[in-house]
Amino acid sequence: MPPTRIAWQQATVTAIVPQTPTVKSYILTPSTPFDFVAGQHVDVRLTAPDGYQAERSYSIGSAPGGDTIELVIERLEDGEVSLFFHEVVEVGDAVEIRGPIGGHFNWSPSDAGPILLVGGGSGVVPLMSMLRRRAAASPDTPFALVYSARRWDEVIFRDEVMQRAREEDHFTLALTLTREASPVPDVRSGRIDRMMLADTLMVFGDQLPVLTFVCGATAFVEVATMLLIDLGVPFESIRTERYGGAEAKILGPDVAVPDA
Amino acid sequence: MATRGFFGRRPSADDAARLPPGQYKTEDFPVLSAGPTPRVQTDTWSFTLKHGPRPLASWDWQAFNALPKTSVMRDIHCVTKWSKFDTKWEGVSIDDLLAAAGVEAPTGFLLAHSFDGYSTNVPLADLVDGKAMVATAYDGRPITADHGGPARLLVPHLYFWKSAKWVNGLQFTERDEPGFWELRGYHIYGDPWREQRFTGD
Repeated sequence: MPPTRIAWQQATVTAIVPQTPTVKSYILTPSTPFDFVAGQHVDVRLTAPDGYQAERSYSIGSAPGGDTIELVIERLEDGEVSLFFHEVVEVGDAVEIRGPIGGHFNWSPSDAGPILLVGGGSGVVPLMSMLRRRAAASPDTPFALVYSARRWDEVIFRDEVMQRAREEDHFTLALTLTREASPVPDVRSGRIDRMMLADTLMVFGDQLPVLTFVCGATAFVEVATMLLIDLGVPFESIRTERYGGAEAKILGPDVAVPDA
Repeated sequence: MATRGFFGRRPSADDAARLPPGQYKTEDFPVLSAGPTPRVQTDTWSFTLKHGPRPLASWDWQAFNALPKTSVMRDIHCVTKWSKFDTKWEGVSIDDLLAAAGVEAPTGFLLAHSFDGYSTNVPLADLVDGKAMVATAYDGRPITADHGGPARLLVPHLYFWKSAKWVNGLQFTERDEPGFWELRGYHIYGDPWREQRFTGD
């Protein structure tokens, strides 16, 4: 039997939620709802009146199990698709999507834990899907999130991750700001470094994470994974997603962790 | 059906003719890998040609670099949608590799293997007749670790996940065996011009 093609389908924008001054969540309702695994992404396709099309991939930030999917899109001044979303898209509009896509940067409750998540900037998006999935389906699985953003008002999902850290057992948050001093005591300042990763690993006691998910700009992922391996996290247990190209140029210097 | 309010940013006619469907041109060289970057040293590097489990030929770094080198300039296309034009590579063509091994291809299918455990399948026909190489230089310099150095497979006419980073061997298989991404939802062949991104495309 030939494998089935993942079909394009219409999805309606049912809500737009500002996350930061330059990032918005777009809540899409697919015409044919689909199941997915936390960490997967979808392709989005836009079509101009003359038939010209542009495609991009976006991670899903919402947890599986709902009728909607949340895409988190950063405004990139040279971004053909990103600017369209920020300047044109309104609630009620439809775009084409297909998914879910990706069979590696995924977490399911059956993977168990402990799980370490390391995110830089909008790299938090697929990690958020995993955190939300954990809370809904596997709240006893130990998770830790090490998360850096440039400034307090640029922390995507800030209120939600901080609330989860306060209210949920077995979830530890290490949030840090790289471009300004933290206005609150439980948020750190400075880039993610070896000490911050080592401190976070200690919450798992004697156990190493069964899986570690690292997502962010290329430089961020390269250095974070090098530090983790140096701290004894097995190479094979680390899964990565890197932002390339224009996004890396914008995010790279701001979220990169320095050499140890 | 058109997307309300979308007009797009057209590539030039020249660029458009070189862009497979759904791709956009980038001047950068993004890094995409499933895991951390392995640090592969040339003094312990080796490359093995196998038929199933049986080694047919093996080279260390020095012996490999003594093989004839070929230079190519090609457009490359990543399944994550970017394409990069006129990338310059140097390495050992698979034709020269098979000739150096002195073997007739025993099957029509191969799996490329990498130091980090990655694998990807490519039919023999897509590796020979000048179509592919084991590249050791990019743009006139040794390939950096994040781009797959010291050596990566280069199969530029297929989506770039087929161009395995940190490659350490090619294995003839009896059938077309899916590799790492092919087992995780990506297309078994991966022709960008037919937009074969995912299983079933």
